[in-house]
Amino acid sequence: MLKPKTLILRTAGTNCDAETDAAFQLAGAETALIHIQNLISGKVNLNDYQILAIPGGFSYGDDISAGILLAVEMKHKLTDALNRFVADGKLIIGICNGFQVLVRTGLLPGINRSGSDTPEMMQQTTLAMNTSAKFECRWVDLETEKSTCVFTKGIKEQVYLPVAHAEGRFTAPPDVLEELESNKQVVFRYAKSEYPHNPNGSDVNIAGICDPTGRIFGLMPHPERFLMKWNHPRWTRLSETERTRSEEGDGLAIFKNAVNYVKSHGK
Amino acid sequence: MSSTVKEIEILNADNTELMRISREGTLSLNLNEMQTIQSHFDGLGRNPTDVEIETIAQTWSEHCVHKTFKSMILYSEEGKEPEKIDGLFPTFIQRATEDIAKPWCVSVFSDNAGIIEFDDTYNLVFKVETHNHPSAIEPYGGAGTGIGGVIRDSLGTGLGAKPILNTDVFCFGMPDTPYAQLPKGTLHPKRVFNGVVAGVRDYGNRMGIPTANGAILFDPRYTANPLVFCGNVGLIPRDRCEKSVEPGDLVVSIGGQTGRDGIHGATFSSAELDDTSENLGSVVQIGNPIMEKKIVDALLQARDRNLYRSITDCGAGGFSSAVGEMGEHVGAEVHLERVSLKYEGLAPWEIWLSEAQERMVIAVPPENLDELIEVCQAELVEATVLGTFTDTHRLQVFYEGVVVADLEMEFLHNGLPQPVKEAVWHPPQHPEMASRDKAVQDYTDDLCQLLASPNIASKESVIRQYDHAVQGGIVINPLVGVENDGPSDACVVTPVIGSRKGVIVANGINPKYSDVDPYSSAAAAIDEALRNIIAVGGTLEKTALLDNFCWGNPDKSDRLGELVRAARACYDIATAYGTPFISGKDSLYNEYRDTTTGEQRAIPATLLISAICVMSDIQRAVTMDVKAPGNYIYVVGNTYAELGGSHYFGIHGFIGNNAPIVRPDKGKLTMEKLSTAISNGLVRSCHDCSEGGIGVAAAEMAFSGGYGMSLNLDNIPTGDKSTADDILLFSESNSRFLVEIEPQHQQAYESHMADVPIGNLGTVTDTPNFIVNGTAGRRIVETSIDTLKSAWQSPLQS
Repeated sequence: MLKPKTLILRTAGTNCDAETDAAFQLAGAETALIHIQNLISGKVNLNDYQILAIPGGFSYGDDISAGILLAVEMKHKLTDALNRFVADGKLIIGICNGFQVLVRTGLLPGINRSGSDTPEMMQQTTLAMNTSAKFECRWVDLETEKSTCVFTKGIKEQVYLPVAHAEGRFTAPPDVLEELESNKQVVFRYAKSEYPHNPNGSDVNIAGICDPTGRIFGLMPHPERFLMKWNHPRWTRLSETERTRSEEGDGLAIFKNAVNYVKSHGK
Repeated sequence: MSSTVKEIEILNADNTELMRISREGTLSLNLNEMQTIQSHFDGLGRNPTDVEIETIAQTWSEHCVHKTFKSMILYSEEGKEPEKIDGLFPTFIQRATEDIAKPWCVSVFSDNAGIIEFDDTYNLVFKVETHNHPSAIEPYGGAGTGIGGVIRDSLGTGLGAKPILNTDVFCFGMPDTPYAQLPKGTLHPKRVFNGVVAGVRDYGNRMGIPTANGAILFDPRYTANPLVFCGNVGLIPRDRCEKSVEPGDLVVSIGGQTGRDGIHGATFSSAELDDTSENLGSVVQIGNPIMEKKIVDALLQARDRNLYRSITDCGAGGFSSAVGEMGEHVGAEVHLERVSLKYEGLAPWEIWLSEAQERMVIAVPPENLDELIEVCQAELVEATVLGTFTDTHRLQVFYEGVVVADLEMEFLHNGLPQPVKEAVWHPPQHPEMASRDKAVQDYTDDLCQLLASPNIASKESVIRQYDHAVQGGIVINPLVGVENDGPSDACVVTPVIGSRKGVIVANGINPKYSDVDPYSSAAAAIDEALRNIIAVGGTLEKTALLDNFCWGNPDKSDRLGELVRAARACYDIATAYGTPFISGKDSLYNEYRDTTTGEQRAIPATLLISAICVMSDIQRAVTMDVKAPGNYIYVVGNTYAELGGSHYFGIHGFIGNNAPIVRPDKGKLTMEKLSTAISNGLVRSCHDCSEGGIGVAAAEMAFSGGYGMSLNLDNIPTGDKSTADDILLFSESNSRFLVEIEPQHQQAYESHMADVPIGNLGTVTDTPNFIVNGTAGRRIVETSIDTLKSAWQSPLQS
């Protein structure tokens, strides 16, 4: 089968696009880095692609709050294209700033309240300032939840990934949190609740969530920064045999899952 | 002549009047230079315009042309024949690189950054700059635009490199300085510290460039003159490293709009600060990292489509320097009314000199203009045609059709008379401190005090605020060990994801040794930078250096004498190690004058050496944290009684007179042997011995790895038969390392290192106990790694 086509969305301030591109290519996708101007102008059609990735960075400088300007732009200028993309059962992943964007568009968690076929695009949760009140870059232990998420199917129960953000504290009203649990939309949790294990103070240690279908996924940690085992901050502590075994990092599986899903569903 | 441009009356000015013009215009030109300008215009039979004299002042500024490093120096030193040095830069820096003659040096000292080979597809560019004066006045803006500026240096090298790594080194006053002791008009060191860190963080993180290497130093003499070194490494295709300008090419500015910000930055940085400098708000620029990111995104696409022939950044001196430099060998014509402005009301000279950030100038063949503008528009970046490169060999500037400047390129670039300066060096004498072995039973407190001294203490609270993992290439983090919090000697990144070829970046800086001898300080800085490269798995063979001199006023003969000593060390040590300089920079006049008391303070003579090494296989990298109990700890290299300027003397209030010297023949052999031992897989961990000596290095290795150590000073190889415990434990002799060796590799390691002095100090233990026995058999340190770690982590936690 042909390689699944992945659109990696860029705009002013996007800065994790190159490594997200590398991740999808290593996973076996065909990729294109596309500036949102080209989607808005119609030069590029979103629906020619099977996967949409919104990488990390500081879109439009994170002015007002993280991800909001890009979210507004997507919501109001790409409404039809996005609705069709989602309705066709295609995949969306937002990493860090991309997760912030998805939350602010309402595509995540995307709990359907109106019974309508198209996404409601209503913001139901938020990613607030870290409780430490500063930008922090560190590696965190994650627990993989049993969720509907197609990106994390069959991956390890414990995953180690880096975070690097100032606005990553996932928070939501109690009823939304309850629904997330009952719909199996919580994908990753920080392994422990105390700082710095939960690096931002997220509610119930949530690090990543998906929509009810499991096809839209957002997370604060950066799987695209752990594609090679030597990205692990303690790889030099591994034994000689472990050091020379596989070269793959924990993060790659997420991108491979996306590629395999598209291949097997022929989307 | 237009009413917006002024004629500067210099033809009939006497010397006093010439200096008044220089001073009141913040031109930073001395009398000789003003007279040279006067006689040039006398020959033309007219006065210069404000635009012309400002252009000359920027181009001739210390900041832009490095005149001290090109001066003729009459140097004298006690007991030696006076000496004439025809330029410190050609004599000691450039000549070192020429003598070393490494074939992998692609471009040195000529472009905005040095270029070295990386792999079959790419080269690397590397540049470190300072942004000291602006950071003293407005720490956040000054530091942010410092990093922004050096990123544009990479982008302005060859036809543009992709920025892949930042490195930052800061020098501040003591964080606990009482407010009452603060020099008039200066900001508190803590405020400078926080502002600088935030400025670098917000700019670097937004640009998506990992900041993975750096250092922070403290000394009271940096209070009024903090130092902010910002460095950037870039990746550039091998066939995009050369630039040229053809007459007829368009002068195109890319990026931000021009405002009144940062006017006179180049000349301001060539003057001393005083307690009124804080009023010079307009000399500090305002940064916008997202604008710069957009420029990078647009320009790298335009580069790959071959749309322009040359590029440089608008840094100090703004358009005047950028266009003047690019058009040096052809000529240029610029129309200032075309410049896109932030707001109305700027005089032509202000537009021409503005150091508004995030602007690049490129030379575009006219047939490529439409495509270039299309690329820029797609990235929401402004591109403006300002004029044309010509074949007139003149720099001609117009404003609304009127000539506002018309200068010969030859005079502008070569008219500056070579200054003659006097330099003298008197070795200082400081009270000497003796070994405390007779008076002291136990050195545990000394060790804890050293770990807690601000220069050595953990910088984790700062490092975590920088994104060091963006771009997905980090291999050796700035923080390593079982809890990701030990101090790595250097960082390693793979700029091409999936490739095992790596880049190591490290630094060396030892201003305390300058109090004894700037020669030792400079030599030690090179040795330390190289040790850090070797310690993570690099090689001397593939390492290049950058020099950044931050000094006091070089017009004072004693300060200049120190500079001569340091520059001479650069030649001696770099050639001995075979590691060439590829780029460098200097920031002089780092002095503060209290206008009420007349008191004058200079910073300590400070040389930062930054090192970059291409590593062929990152799988051979090692870190400094101990890995397993039962392994042996060896010291590599001789220890001498060299504690002059050491931290151990410092905590007891002494400077001393025996600063560590570099013995480059021995040092080179040590580093080469150790480097091959590491690449052969014989070394489990490695840490360089620097501030605080063997004691601090061993403690850091132990608590970073989470295991104890049991060590014995008996086996330390010495070059001078030193036996005093405190000297052995805390001496800062150069070219030394501590390594961890697994028992199964002990024999292979020892025979590999046969020509190098090594000593087995003891073992890694499966307990938290950290124990050191002295030469007389008594226990001189007994504590736990938790105590040591907490001493090291507490001081700069927030």
